Amino acid sequence: MVENRPFLTFLTHAFLIVGFLIVALPVYVAVIASTHDVSTLMSQTVPLWPGSHFIENYSRILTDASAANGLPNYSHMALNSLIMAVVITVGKIAISILSAFAIVYFRFPFRQLAFWIIFVTLMLPVEVRIMPTYKIVADLGMLNSWAGLTIPLIASATATFLFRQFFMTVPDEMLEAARVDGAGPMKFFRDILLPLSRTNIGALSVILFIYGWVQYLWPMLVTTDPGYYTLMMGMKRMVTVQDGVIEWQLVMAGSVLAMLPPILIVIFMQRLFIRGLTETEK
Amino acid sequence: METKKTTFDNRLLPYLLLAPQLFITLVFFIWPAAQAVKSSFEREDPFGLSTAFVGLLHYQRLLSDPEYLAALSRTGVFAVSVTVLSMVLGLAFAAAVDRLTRTGKVYTTLLVWPYAVAPVVAGILWWFLFNSTTGLMPFVLEKFGIDWDHDLNGTQAMILIIVAAAWKQISYNFLFFLAGLQSVPQSLMEAAAIDGSGPVKRFFTISLPLISPTTFFLFIINVNYTMFDTFPIIDATTVGGPAQATTTLVYKVYQDGYIGLNLGSSSAQSVLLMMIVMVLTYVQFRFVERRVQY
Repeated sequence: MVENRPFLTFLTHAFLIVGFLIVALPVYVAVIASTHDVSTLMSQTVPLWPGSHFIENYSRILTDASAANGLPNYSHMALNSLIMAVVITVGKIAISILSAFAIVYFRFPFRQLAFWIIFVTLMLPVEVRIMPTYKIVADLGMLNSWAGLTIPLIASATATFLFRQFFMTVPDEMLEAARVDGAGPMKFFRDILLPLSRTNIGALSVILFIYGWVQYLWPMLVTTDPGYYTLMMGMKRMVTVQDGVIEWQLVMAGSVLAMLPPILIVIFMQRLFIRGLTETEK
Repeated sequence: METKKTTFDNRLLPYLLLAPQLFITLVFFIWPAAQAVKSSFEREDPFGLSTAFVGLLHYQRLLSDPEYLAALSRTGVFAVSVTVLSMVLGLAFAAAVDRLTRTGKVYTTLLVWPYAVAPVVAGILWWFLFNSTTGLMPFVLEKFGIDWDHDLNGTQAMILIIVAAAWKQISYNFLFFLAGLQSVPQSLMEAAAIDGSGPVKRFFTISLPLISPTTFFLFIINVNYTMFDTFPIIDATTVGGPAQATTTLVYKVYQDGYIGLNLGSSSAQSVLLMMIVMVLTYVQFRFVERRVQY
Protein backbone atom coordinates (compact mmCIF):
# COMPACT_ATOMS: atom_id res chain seq x y z
CA MET A 1 0.00 0.00 0.00
CA VAL A 2 1.29 3.40 -0.96
CA GLU A 3 -0.35 5.51 1.71
CA ASN A 4 -2.38 4.84 4.80
CA ARG A 5 -6.05 5.67 4.38
CA PRO A 6 -8.02 3.93 7.11
CA PHE A 7 -11.42 4.89 5.74
CA LEU A 8 -10.64 3.61 2.27
CA THR A 9 -9.28 0.39 3.76
CA PHE A 10 -12.50 0.02 5.69
CA LEU A 11 -14.50 0.50 2.48
CA THR A 12 -12.31 -2.06 0.72
CA HIS A 13 -13.04 -4.65 3.38
CA ALA A 14 -16.74 -3.83 3.35
CA PHE A 15 -16.87 -4.13 -0.45
CA LEU A 16 -15.06 -7.48 -0.44
CA ILE A 17 -17.23 -8.91 2.32
CA VAL A 18 -20.45 -7.86 0.61
CA GLY A 19 -19.05 -9.15 -2.68
CA PHE A 20 -18.23 -12.50 -1.13
CA LEU A 21 -21.69 -12.77 0.40
CA ILE A 22 -23.31 -12.16 -2.97
CA VAL A 23 -21.00 -14.60 -4.75
CA ALA A 24 -21.65 -17.24 -2.08
CA LEU A 25 -25.42 -16.66 -1.99
CA PRO A 26 -26.47 -19.39 -4.47
CA VAL A 27 -24.31 -21.95 -2.68
CA TYR A 28 -25.59 -20.89 0.73
CA VAL A 29 -29.18 -21.21 -0.45
CA ALA A 30 -28.40 -24.63 -1.93
CA VAL A 31 -26.96 -25.87 1.35
CA ILE A 32 -29.95 -24.51 3.29
CA ALA A 33 -32.46 -25.97 0.84
CA SER A 34 -30.81 -29.38 1.14
CA THR A 35 -31.76 -29.51 4.84
CA HIS A 36 -35.50 -28.99 4.38
CA ASP A 37 -38.27 -31.34 3.34
CA VAL A 38 -40.17 -31.27 0.08
CA SER A 39 -43.33 -29.67 1.43
CA THR A 40 -41.42 -26.67 2.83
CA LEU A 41 -39.74 -26.06 -0.53
CA MET A 42 -42.96 -26.46 -2.48
CA SER A 43 -45.19 -24.12 -0.61
CA GLN A 44 -43.13 -21.06 0.28
CA THR A 45 -40.03 -19.03 -0.46
CA VAL A 46 -36.93 -20.94 0.55
CA PRO A 47 -36.15 -20.43 4.27
CA LEU A 48 -32.86 -18.75 5.14
CA TRP A 49 -32.08 -20.99 8.10
CA PRO A 50 -31.28 -24.72 8.07
CA GLY A 51 -34.05 -27.23 8.56
CA SER A 52 -33.96 -30.60 10.27
CA HIS A 53 -33.81 -32.95 7.28
CA PHE A 54 -30.09 -32.80 6.59
CA ILE A 55 -29.29 -36.43 7.41
CA GLU A 56 -32.45 -37.75 5.81
CA ASN A 57 -31.86 -35.93 2.50
CA TYR A 58 -28.17 -36.75 2.17
CA SER A 59 -28.55 -40.38 3.16
CA ARG A 60 -31.45 -40.70 0.73
CA ILE A 61 -29.47 -39.29 -2.16
CA LEU A 62 -26.42 -41.40 -1.39
CA THR A 63 -28.16 -44.72 -0.80
CA ASP A 64 -31.67 -44.67 -2.24
CA ALA A 65 -31.51 -45.11 -6.00
CA SER A 66 -35.15 -44.18 -6.51
CA ALA A 67 -34.42 -40.74 -5.08
CA ALA A 68 -33.03 -39.71 -8.43
CA ASN A 69 -35.97 -40.99 -10.47
CA GLY A 70 -34.68 -43.93 -12.42
CA LEU A 71 -31.02 -42.97 -12.41
CA PRO A 72 -28.24 -45.17 -11.19
CA ASN A 73 -27.28 -44.78 -7.59
CA TYR A 74 -25.73 -41.39 -6.81
CA SER A 75 -22.49 -42.92 -5.54
CA HIS A 76 -22.27 -44.96 -8.74
CA MET A 77 -22.47 -41.76 -10.80
CA ALA A 78 -19.93 -40.08 -8.53
CA LEU A 79 -17.57 -42.99 -9.12
CA ASN A 80 -18.09 -42.64 -12.88
CA SER A 81 -17.27 -38.92 -12.68
CA LEU A 82 -14.17 -39.69 -10.68
CA ILE A 83 -12.97 -42.34 -13.14
CA MET A 84 -13.62 -40.04 -16.06
CA ALA A 85 -11.82 -37.07 -14.46
CA VAL A 86 -8.80 -39.16 -13.44
CA VAL A 87 -8.44 -40.92 -16.80
CA ILE A 88 -8.70 -37.61 -18.68
CA THR A 89 -6.15 -35.96 -16.37
CA VAL A 90 -3.61 -38.77 -16.60
CA GLY A 91 -4.19 -39.27 -20.32
CA LYS A 92 -3.85 -35.61 -21.24
CA ILE A 93 -0.68 -35.20 -19.20
CA ALA A 94 0.89 -38.39 -20.54
CA ILE A 95 0.36 -37.77 -24.23
CA SER A 96 1.12 -34.05 -23.97
CA ILE A 97 4.39 -34.41 -22.12
CA LEU A 98 5.52 -37.02 -24.66
CA SER A 99 4.63 -34.84 -27.64
CA ALA A 100 6.31 -31.80 -26.09
CA PHE A 101 9.43 -33.91 -25.51
CA ALA A 102 9.42 -34.96 -29.17
CA ILE A 103 8.93 -31.41 -30.42
CA VAL A 104 11.62 -29.84 -28.26
CA TYR A 105 14.34 -32.49 -28.13
CA PHE A 106 14.28 -33.95 -31.64
CA ARG A 107 14.72 -32.56 -35.12
CA PHE A 108 12.76 -34.51 -37.69
CA PRO A 109 10.81 -34.01 -40.93
CA PHE A 110 7.22 -32.72 -40.49
CA ARG A 111 7.96 -31.45 -36.99
CA GLN A 112 6.34 -28.12 -37.81
CA LEU A 113 3.32 -29.87 -39.30
CA ALA A 114 2.88 -31.98 -36.17
CA PHE A 115 2.95 -28.83 -34.08
CA TRP A 116 0.23 -27.20 -36.20
CA ILE A 117 -1.97 -30.29 -36.10
CA ILE A 118 -1.84 -30.18 -32.32
CA PHE A 119 -2.50 -26.42 -32.37
CA VAL A 120 -5.67 -26.92 -34.40
CA THR A 121 -7.38 -28.72 -31.51
CA LEU A 122 -7.69 -25.31 -29.85
CA MET A 123 -9.94 -24.18 -32.65
CA LEU A 124 -12.24 -27.18 -32.68
CA PRO A 125 -14.09 -27.49 -29.37
CA VAL A 126 -16.61 -30.34 -29.16
CA GLU A 127 -19.44 -27.83 -29.28
CA VAL A 128 -18.77 -26.91 -32.91
CA ARG A 129 -18.45 -30.45 -34.26
CA ILE A 130 -21.11 -32.31 -32.32
CA MET A 131 -22.64 -34.41 -35.10
CA PRO A 132 -19.59 -35.58 -37.06
CA THR A 133 -17.65 -36.47 -33.90
CA TYR A 134 -20.62 -38.40 -32.58
CA LYS A 135 -20.80 -40.25 -35.90
CA ILE A 136 -17.15 -41.27 -35.78
CA VAL A 137 -17.38 -42.50 -32.22
CA ALA A 138 -20.49 -44.46 -33.23
CA ASP A 139 -18.76 -45.92 -36.29
CA LEU A 140 -15.83 -47.04 -34.16
CA GLY A 141 -18.25 -48.79 -31.81
CA MET A 142 -17.20 -46.60 -28.91
CA LEU A 143 -20.64 -45.43 -27.76
CA ASN A 144 -21.36 -46.46 -24.18
CA SER A 145 -17.78 -47.31 -23.31
CA TRP A 146 -15.04 -45.84 -21.17
CA ALA A 147 -12.90 -45.45 -24.26
CA GLY A 148 -15.56 -43.35 -25.98
CA LEU A 149 -16.08 -41.24 -22.88
CA THR A 150 -12.44 -40.39 -22.36
CA ILE A 151 -10.13 -40.90 -25.36
CA PRO A 152 -11.62 -38.22 -27.65
CA LEU A 153 -11.16 -35.66 -24.87
CA ILE A 154 -7.54 -36.51 -24.19
CA ALA A 155 -5.85 -34.50 -26.94
CA SER A 156 -4.56 -31.25 -25.50
CA ALA A 157 -2.81 -28.36 -27.17
CA THR A 158 -2.59 -26.25 -24.02
CA ALA A 159 -0.88 -28.97 -21.98
CA THR A 160 1.54 -29.60 -24.86
CA PHE A 161 2.36 -25.89 -25.09
CA LEU A 162 2.89 -25.66 -21.35
CA PHE A 163 5.37 -28.54 -21.33
CA ARG A 164 7.07 -27.20 -24.46
CA GLN A 165 7.57 -23.82 -22.83
CA PHE A 166 8.89 -25.43 -19.70
CA PHE A 167 11.30 -27.73 -21.58
CA MET A 168 12.70 -24.72 -23.43
CA THR A 169 13.77 -23.27 -20.06
CA VAL A 170 15.62 -26.45 -19.01
CA PRO A 171 19.34 -25.70 -19.47
CA ASP A 172 21.01 -27.36 -22.47
CA GLU A 173 23.84 -28.51 -20.21
CA MET A 174 21.48 -31.05 -18.67
CA LEU A 175 21.10 -32.79 -21.97
CA GLU A 176 24.83 -32.58 -22.77
CA ALA A 177 25.79 -33.98 -19.38
CA ALA A 178 23.28 -36.79 -19.77
CA ARG A 179 24.66 -37.64 -23.20
CA VAL A 180 28.24 -37.62 -21.97
CA ASP A 181 27.16 -40.09 -19.31
CA GLY A 182 25.69 -42.25 -22.04
CA ALA A 183 22.01 -41.74 -21.31
CA GLY A 184 19.59 -42.35 -24.21
CA PRO A 185 16.55 -40.15 -24.85
CA MET A 186 14.08 -42.16 -22.79
CA LYS A 187 16.44 -42.42 -19.86
CA PHE A 188 17.00 -38.65 -20.02
CA PHE A 189 13.23 -38.14 -20.14
CA ARG A 190 12.53 -40.44 -17.20
CA ASP A 191 15.40 -39.49 -14.90
CA ILE A 192 15.76 -35.77 -15.62
CA LEU A 193 12.80 -34.17 -17.40
CA LEU A 194 10.05 -35.98 -15.54
CA PRO A 195 11.31 -35.13 -12.03
CA LEU A 196 11.92 -31.51 -13.13
CA SER A 197 8.34 -31.26 -14.42
CA ARG A 198 6.78 -32.28 -11.11
CA THR A 199 5.36 -28.86 -10.21
CA ASN A 200 4.00 -28.30 -13.70
CA ILE A 201 2.37 -31.72 -13.68
CA GLY A 202 0.82 -30.93 -10.31
CA ALA A 203 -0.51 -27.55 -11.43
CA LEU A 204 -1.87 -29.01 -14.63
CA SER A 205 -3.51 -31.94 -12.80
CA VAL A 206 -5.63 -29.59 -10.70
CA ILE A 207 -6.95 -27.77 -13.78
CA LEU A 208 -7.47 -30.93 -15.81
CA PHE A 209 -9.22 -32.77 -12.99
CA ILE A 210 -11.78 -29.96 -12.79
CA TYR A 211 -12.07 -30.01 -16.59
CA GLY A 212 -12.81 -33.74 -16.54
CA TRP A 213 -15.16 -33.56 -13.56
CA VAL A 214 -17.43 -30.90 -15.09
CA GLN A 215 -17.71 -32.47 -18.58
CA TYR A 216 -21.32 -32.40 -19.68
CA LEU A 217 -22.02 -32.33 -23.41
CA TRP A 218 -19.64 -35.14 -24.38
CA PRO A 219 -20.84 -37.78 -21.88
CA MET A 220 -24.40 -36.84 -22.80
CA LEU A 221 -23.70 -37.51 -26.48
CA VAL A 222 -21.85 -40.80 -26.20
CA THR A 223 -23.60 -42.58 -23.35
CA THR A 224 -27.18 -43.75 -23.30
CA ASP A 225 -26.57 -46.62 -20.89
CA PRO A 226 -27.35 -45.31 -17.37
CA GLY A 227 -24.45 -47.40 -16.07
CA TYR A 228 -22.10 -44.80 -17.55
CA TYR A 229 -23.94 -41.71 -16.32
CA THR A 230 -21.75 -39.16 -14.60
CA LEU A 231 -22.88 -36.80 -11.85
CA MET A 232 -23.33 -33.90 -14.24
CA MET A 233 -25.75 -35.88 -16.38
CA GLY A 234 -27.49 -37.10 -13.23
CA MET A 235 -28.04 -33.50 -12.14
CA LYS A 236 -29.71 -32.68 -15.42
CA ARG A 237 -31.95 -35.76 -15.19
CA MET A 238 -32.96 -34.87 -11.66
CA VAL A 239 -34.34 -31.50 -12.73
CA THR A 240 -36.10 -32.71 -15.87
CA VAL A 241 -39.12 -34.28 -14.24
CA GLN A 242 -41.86 -34.93 -16.76
CA ASP A 243 -44.80 -34.89 -14.39
CA GLY A 244 -44.90 -34.37 -10.68
CA VAL A 245 -42.67 -32.10 -8.66
CA ILE A 246 -38.94 -31.54 -8.65
CA GLU A 247 -37.64 -32.72 -5.30
CA TRP A 248 -35.60 -29.59 -4.72
CA GLN A 249 -34.15 -30.74 -1.42
CA LEU A 250 -32.59 -33.75 -3.18
CA VAL A 251 -31.50 -31.73 -6.22
CA MET A 252 -29.76 -29.27 -3.91
CA ALA A 253 -28.15 -32.04 -1.84
CA GLY A 254 -26.95 -33.55 -5.12
CA SER A 255 -25.59 -30.20 -6.30
CA VAL A 256 -23.74 -29.64 -3.05
CA LEU A 257 -22.10 -33.06 -3.24
CA ALA A 258 -21.27 -32.64 -6.94
CA MET A 259 -19.47 -29.34 -6.44
CA LEU A 260 -17.70 -30.32 -3.26
CA PRO A 261 -14.71 -32.30 -4.65
CA PRO A 262 -13.47 -29.67 -7.15
CA ILE A 263 -14.10 -26.80 -4.73
CA LEU A 264 -12.08 -28.54 -2.02
CA ILE A 265 -9.28 -29.16 -4.49
CA VAL A 266 -9.21 -25.50 -5.53
CA ILE A 267 -9.21 -24.25 -1.94
CA PHE A 268 -6.65 -26.66 -0.55
CA MET A 269 -4.34 -26.69 -3.56
CA GLN A 270 -4.79 -23.01 -4.27
CA ARG A 271 -1.17 -22.33 -5.18
CA LEU A 272 -1.04 -25.15 -7.71
CA PHE A 273 -4.47 -24.17 -9.00
CA ILE A 274 -3.58 -20.53 -9.63
CA ARG A 275 -0.32 -21.54 -11.22
CA GLY A 276 -2.04 -24.06 -13.45
CA LEU A 277 -4.69 -21.58 -14.49
CA THR A 278 -2.38 -18.71 -15.33
CA GLU A 279 0.27 -20.88 -17.02
CA THR A 280 -2.00 -22.91 -19.28
CA GLU A 281 -4.11 -20.07 -20.59
CA LYS A 282 -1.46 -18.07 -22.32
CA MET B 1 9.72 -22.68 -33.88
CA GLU B 2 12.96 -23.67 -32.29
CA THR B 3 14.32 -26.85 -30.69
CA LYS B 4 17.19 -27.29 -28.29
CA LYS B 5 20.63 -26.57 -29.78
CA THR B 6 21.68 -30.13 -29.11
CA THR B 7 19.08 -32.75 -29.88
CA PHE B 8 18.79 -36.50 -29.88
CA ASP B 9 19.24 -38.01 -33.32
CA ASN B 10 16.83 -40.95 -33.22
CA ARG B 11 14.77 -41.16 -36.39
CA LEU B 12 11.75 -43.20 -35.38
CA LEU B 13 11.38 -42.27 -31.71
CA PRO B 14 9.91 -38.73 -32.11
CA TYR B 15 7.13 -40.11 -34.29
CA LEU B 16 6.32 -42.75 -31.71
CA LEU B 17 6.23 -40.11 -28.98
CA LEU B 18 3.87 -37.94 -31.03
CA ALA B 19 1.71 -40.81 -32.26
CA PRO B 20 -0.95 -40.90 -29.50
CA GLN B 21 -1.56 -37.15 -29.56
CA LEU B 22 -1.62 -36.96 -33.36
CA PHE B 23 -3.80 -40.03 -33.68
CA ILE B 24 -6.48 -38.64 -31.36
CA THR B 25 -6.30 -35.22 -32.96
CA LEU B 26 -6.66 -36.59 -36.48
CA VAL B 27 -9.43 -39.08 -35.70
CA PHE B 28 -11.55 -37.06 -33.28
CA PHE B 29 -10.83 -33.46 -34.24
CA ILE B 30 -9.66 -32.98 -37.79
CA TRP B 31 -11.57 -35.78 -39.49
CA PRO B 32 -14.94 -34.74 -37.95
CA ALA B 33 -14.25 -31.11 -38.81
CA ALA B 34 -13.54 -32.11 -42.41
CA GLN B 35 -16.74 -34.16 -42.45
CA ALA B 36 -18.67 -31.13 -41.22
CA VAL B 37 -17.24 -29.02 -44.02
CA LYS B 38 -18.06 -31.75 -46.56
CA SER B 39 -21.64 -32.35 -45.44
CA SER B 40 -22.32 -28.63 -45.24
CA PHE B 41 -22.22 -28.68 -49.06
CA GLU B 42 -24.40 -31.77 -49.41
CA ARG B 43 -27.96 -32.83 -49.00
CA GLU B 44 -28.89 -36.31 -47.80
CA ASP B 45 -32.17 -37.88 -48.87
CA PRO B 46 -34.57 -38.79 -46.05
CA PHE B 47 -33.44 -42.43 -45.95
CA GLY B 48 -29.76 -41.62 -45.89
CA LEU B 49 -29.18 -43.60 -49.07
CA SER B 50 -27.72 -40.96 -51.32
CA THR B 51 -26.23 -37.52 -51.03
CA ALA B 52 -26.22 -34.73 -53.56
CA PHE B 53 -23.88 -31.78 -53.83
CA VAL B 54 -25.86 -28.61 -53.23
CA GLY B 55 -23.10 -26.01 -53.07
CA LEU B 56 -23.73 -23.10 -50.78
CA LEU B 57 -27.45 -23.84 -50.40
CA HIS B 58 -27.28 -24.53 -46.66
CA TYR B 59 -25.30 -21.38 -46.05
CA GLN B 60 -27.67 -19.29 -48.14
CA ARG B 61 -30.63 -20.67 -46.27
CA LEU B 62 -29.01 -20.09 -42.90
CA LEU B 63 -28.03 -16.54 -43.61
CA SER B 64 -31.52 -15.70 -44.83
CA ASP B 65 -33.22 -17.57 -41.99
CA PRO B 66 -34.57 -15.02 -39.48
CA GLU B 67 -34.28 -17.60 -36.69
CA TYR B 68 -30.59 -18.14 -37.32
CA LEU B 69 -29.91 -14.42 -37.52
CA ALA B 70 -31.85 -13.94 -34.30
CA ALA B 71 -29.71 -16.64 -32.63
CA LEU B 72 -26.61 -14.86 -33.94
CA SER B 73 -27.51 -11.50 -32.43
CA ARG B 74 -28.78 -13.19 -29.26
CA THR B 75 -25.40 -14.90 -28.88
CA GLY B 76 -23.73 -11.52 -29.33
CA VAL B 77 -25.85 -9.97 -26.58
CA PHE B 78 -25.22 -12.97 -24.32
CA ALA B 79 -21.46 -12.99 -24.90
CA VAL B 80 -20.98 -9.26 -24.40
CA SER B 81 -23.22 -9.12 -21.31
CA VAL B 82 -21.49 -12.04 -19.59
CA THR B 83 -18.06 -10.72 -20.53
CA VAL B 84 -18.67 -7.18 -19.33
CA LEU B 85 -20.46 -8.24 -16.13
CA SER B 86 -17.88 -10.81 -15.05
CA MET B 87 -14.91 -8.66 -16.06
CA VAL B 88 -16.12 -5.54 -14.24
CA LEU B 89 -16.78 -7.53 -11.07
CA GLY B 90 -13.52 -9.46 -11.39
CA LEU B 91 -11.59 -6.22 -11.82
CA ALA B 92 -13.36 -4.55 -8.89
CA PHE B 93 -12.55 -7.48 -6.60
CA ALA B 94 -8.97 -7.61 -7.85
CA ALA B 95 -8.44 -3.87 -7.28
CA ALA B 96 -9.82 -4.22 -3.77
CA VAL B 97 -7.69 -7.26 -2.89
CA ASP B 98 -4.64 -5.57 -4.41
CA ARG B 99 -4.98 -2.75 -1.86
CA LEU B 100 -4.76 -5.12 1.09
CA THR B 101 -1.39 -6.50 2.03
CA ARG B 102 -2.05 -8.99 4.78
CA THR B 103 -5.69 -10.04 4.38
CA GLY B 104 -5.60 -10.18 0.58
CA LYS B 105 -4.85 -13.92 0.59
CA VAL B 106 -7.92 -14.68 2.67
CA TYR B 107 -10.18 -12.83 0.26
CA THR B 108 -8.52 -14.54 -2.68
CA THR B 109 -9.47 -17.91 -1.19
CA LEU B 110 -13.01 -16.66 -0.59
CA LEU B 111 -13.38 -15.61 -4.23
CA VAL B 112 -11.66 -18.30 -6.34
CA TRP B 113 -13.83 -21.36 -5.76
CA PRO B 114 -16.74 -20.59 -8.15
CA TYR B 115 -14.34 -21.52 -10.96
CA ALA B 116 -14.58 -25.13 -9.78
CA VAL B 117 -18.38 -25.28 -9.89
CA ALA B 118 -19.56 -27.19 -12.94
CA PRO B 119 -21.56 -25.06 -15.41
CA VAL B 120 -24.52 -27.39 -15.12
CA VAL B 121 -24.52 -27.07 -11.33
CA ALA B 122 -24.09 -23.29 -11.55
CA GLY B 123 -27.10 -23.18 -13.85
CA ILE B 124 -29.20 -25.27 -11.50
CA LEU B 125 -28.23 -23.18 -8.44
CA TRP B 126 -29.28 -19.90 -10.08
CA TRP B 127 -32.34 -21.51 -11.59
CA PHE B 128 -33.41 -22.48 -8.09
CA LEU B 129 -32.63 -19.02 -6.74
CA PHE B 130 -34.91 -17.53 -9.43
CA ASN B 131 -37.56 -20.27 -9.23
CA SER B 132 -40.93 -18.55 -9.35
CA THR B 133 -42.60 -20.46 -6.50
CA THR B 134 -39.81 -21.09 -4.02
CA GLY B 135 -36.87 -18.96 -5.17
CA LEU B 136 -35.41 -16.13 -3.15
CA MET B 137 -34.98 -13.63 -5.99
CA PRO B 138 -38.60 -13.47 -7.22
CA PHE B 139 -39.59 -12.92 -3.60
CA VAL B 140 -37.20 -9.97 -3.36
CA LEU B 141 -38.02 -8.65 -6.84
CA GLU B 142 -41.72 -8.67 -6.04
CA LYS B 143 -41.06 -5.99 -3.43
CA PHE B 144 -39.81 -3.82 -6.28
CA GLY B 145 -42.88 -4.58 -8.33
CA ILE B 146 -41.12 -6.96 -10.72
CA ASP B 147 -43.04 -10.07 -11.63
CA TRP B 148 -40.41 -12.74 -12.28
CA ASP B 149 -41.14 -15.80 -14.38
CA HIS B 150 -38.34 -16.99 -16.62
CA ASP B 151 -40.52 -19.83 -17.93
CA LEU B 152 -42.67 -17.32 -19.77
CA ASN B 153 -40.57 -14.19 -20.11
CA GLY B 154 -37.74 -14.50 -22.62
CA THR B 155 -35.80 -11.47 -21.41
CA GLN B 156 -35.86 -12.78 -17.87
CA ALA B 157 -34.68 -16.20 -19.05
CA MET B 158 -31.78 -14.50 -20.81
CA ILE B 159 -30.94 -12.53 -17.66
CA LEU B 160 -30.96 -15.80 -15.71
CA ILE B 161 -28.37 -17.47 -17.94
CA ILE B 162 -26.27 -14.29 -18.13
CA VAL B 163 -26.11 -14.12 -14.33
CA ALA B 164 -25.30 -17.82 -13.98
CA ALA B 165 -22.61 -17.75 -16.68
CA ALA B 166 -21.03 -14.52 -15.37
CA TRP B 167 -21.03 -15.78 -11.77
CA LYS B 168 -18.93 -18.77 -12.74
CA GLN B 169 -16.42 -16.66 -14.60
CA ILE B 170 -15.81 -13.93 -11.99
CA SER B 171 -13.10 -15.88 -10.18
CA TYR B 172 -11.18 -16.48 -13.39
CA ASN B 173 -11.15 -12.77 -14.30
CA PHE B 174 -10.38 -11.86 -10.71
CA LEU B 175 -7.23 -14.03 -10.67
CA PHE B 176 -5.90 -12.68 -13.95
CA PHE B 177 -6.65 -9.05 -13.05
CA LEU B 178 -5.03 -9.53 -9.65
CA ALA B 179 -1.87 -10.92 -11.24
CA GLY B 180 -1.88 -7.97 -13.64
CA LEU B 181 -2.35 -5.37 -10.92
CA GLN B 182 0.35 -6.91 -8.76
CA SER B 183 2.84 -6.60 -11.58
CA VAL B 184 2.31 -2.83 -11.87
CA PRO B 185 5.57 -1.30 -10.57
CA GLN B 186 5.22 0.05 -7.06
CA SER B 187 7.56 2.94 -7.88
CA LEU B 188 5.04 4.38 -10.36
CA MET B 189 2.35 4.31 -7.72
CA GLU B 190 4.57 6.01 -5.19
CA ALA B 191 5.64 8.69 -7.64
CA ALA B 192 2.01 9.42 -8.50
CA ALA B 193 1.09 9.52 -4.82
CA ILE B 194 3.83 12.05 -4.13
CA ASP B 195 2.51 14.15 -7.00
CA GLY B 196 -0.78 14.18 -5.15
CA SER B 197 -3.05 11.76 -7.00
CA GLY B 198 -5.34 9.67 -4.85
CA PRO B 199 -6.01 5.94 -5.09
CA VAL B 200 -8.96 6.27 -7.46
CA LYS B 201 -7.08 8.53 -9.85
CA ARG B 202 -4.02 6.23 -9.72
CA PHE B 203 -6.23 3.27 -10.56
CA PHE B 204 -7.69 4.90 -13.65
CA THR B 205 -4.57 6.67 -14.91
CA ILE B 206 -1.84 4.15 -14.07
CA SER B 207 -3.10 0.64 -13.23
CA LEU B 208 -5.87 0.40 -15.80
CA PRO B 209 -3.77 1.47 -18.82
CA LEU B 210 -0.88 -0.74 -17.71
CA ILE B 211 -3.03 -3.86 -17.43
CA SER B 212 -4.75 -3.25 -20.77
CA PRO B 213 -3.07 -6.31 -22.34
CA THR B 214 -4.62 -8.48 -19.60
CA THR B 215 -7.98 -6.82 -20.18
CA PHE B 216 -7.85 -7.51 -23.90
CA PHE B 217 -6.75 -11.11 -23.36
CA LEU B 218 -9.58 -11.67 -20.87
CA PHE B 219 -12.10 -10.15 -23.24
CA ILE B 220 -11.28 -12.72 -25.91
CA ILE B 221 -11.19 -15.60 -23.43
CA ASN B 222 -14.54 -14.58 -21.94
CA VAL B 223 -16.27 -14.25 -25.29
CA ASN B 224 -14.92 -17.68 -26.16
CA TYR B 225 -16.14 -19.06 -22.82
CA THR B 226 -19.61 -17.59 -23.16
CA MET B 227 -20.07 -18.85 -26.69
CA PHE B 228 -18.89 -22.41 -26.17
CA ASP B 229 -18.69 -23.41 -22.51
CA THR B 230 -22.12 -22.27 -21.38
CA PHE B 231 -24.00 -25.05 -23.16
CA PRO B 232 -24.64 -26.97 -19.89
CA ILE B 233 -26.11 -23.89 -18.20
CA ILE B 234 -28.66 -23.47 -20.96
CA ASP B 235 -29.39 -27.17 -21.36
CA ALA B 236 -30.03 -27.73 -17.65
CA THR B 237 -32.20 -24.66 -17.10
CA THR B 238 -34.01 -22.92 -19.94
CA VAL B 239 -33.42 -25.57 -22.66
CA GLY B 240 -33.16 -22.75 -25.17
CA GLY B 241 -36.61 -21.36 -24.36
CA PRO B 242 -39.03 -19.85 -23.78
CA ALA B 243 -39.77 -19.48 -27.50
CA GLN B 244 -36.07 -19.75 -28.45
CA ALA B 245 -35.22 -16.75 -26.25
CA THR B 246 -32.06 -18.42 -24.95
CA THR B 247 -31.10 -20.49 -28.01
CA THR B 248 -27.51 -19.51 -28.70
CA LEU B 249 -25.58 -20.57 -31.79
CA VAL B 250 -24.05 -23.59 -30.05
CA TYR B 251 -27.38 -24.63 -28.63
CA LYS B 252 -28.92 -24.38 -32.08
CA VAL B 253 -26.26 -26.64 -33.61
CA TYR B 254 -27.12 -29.19 -30.97
CA GLN B 255 -30.88 -28.85 -31.43
CA ASP B 256 -30.84 -28.94 -35.23
CA GLY B 257 -28.24 -31.70 -35.47
CA TYR B 258 -28.51 -34.07 -32.53
CA ILE B 259 -32.21 -33.58 -31.79
CA GLY B 260 -33.61 -32.47 -35.15
CA LEU B 261 -31.23 -34.59 -37.29
CA ASN B 262 -30.96 -31.88 -39.93
CA LEU B 263 -27.41 -32.79 -40.92
CA GLY B 264 -26.76 -30.32 -43.71
CA SER B 265 -27.89 -27.25 -41.84
CA SER B 266 -26.22 -28.38 -38.63
CA SER B 267 -22.94 -28.90 -40.49
CA ALA B 268 -23.11 -25.48 -42.09
CA GLN B 269 -23.71 -24.00 -38.63
CA SER B 270 -20.73 -25.96 -37.30
CA VAL B 271 -18.53 -24.56 -40.04
CA LEU B 272 -19.62 -20.99 -39.32
CA LEU B 273 -18.88 -21.54 -35.61
CA MET B 274 -15.45 -22.95 -36.45
CA MET B 275 -14.70 -19.78 -38.34
CA ILE B 276 -15.67 -17.72 -35.30
CA VAL B 277 -13.38 -19.77 -33.02
CA MET B 278 -10.55 -19.49 -35.52
CA VAL B 279 -10.81 -15.72 -35.57
CA LEU B 280 -10.92 -15.60 -31.76
CA THR B 281 -7.94 -17.96 -31.42
CA TYR B 282 -5.97 -16.02 -34.02
CA VAL B 283 -6.58 -12.73 -32.23
CA GLN B 284 -5.68 -14.31 -28.90
CA PHE B 285 -2.36 -15.70 -30.12
CA ARG B 286 -1.38 -12.62 -32.06
CA PHE B 287 -1.90 -10.72 -28.87
CA VAL B 288 0.12 -13.15 -26.73
CA GLU B 289 3.15 -12.51 -28.91
CA ARG B 290 2.75 -8.81 -28.22
CA ARG B 291 2.26 -9.36 -24.54
CA VAL B 292 5.63 -11.07 -24.22
CA GLN B 293 7.36 -7.90 -25.39
CA TYR B 294 5.19 -5.73 -23.24
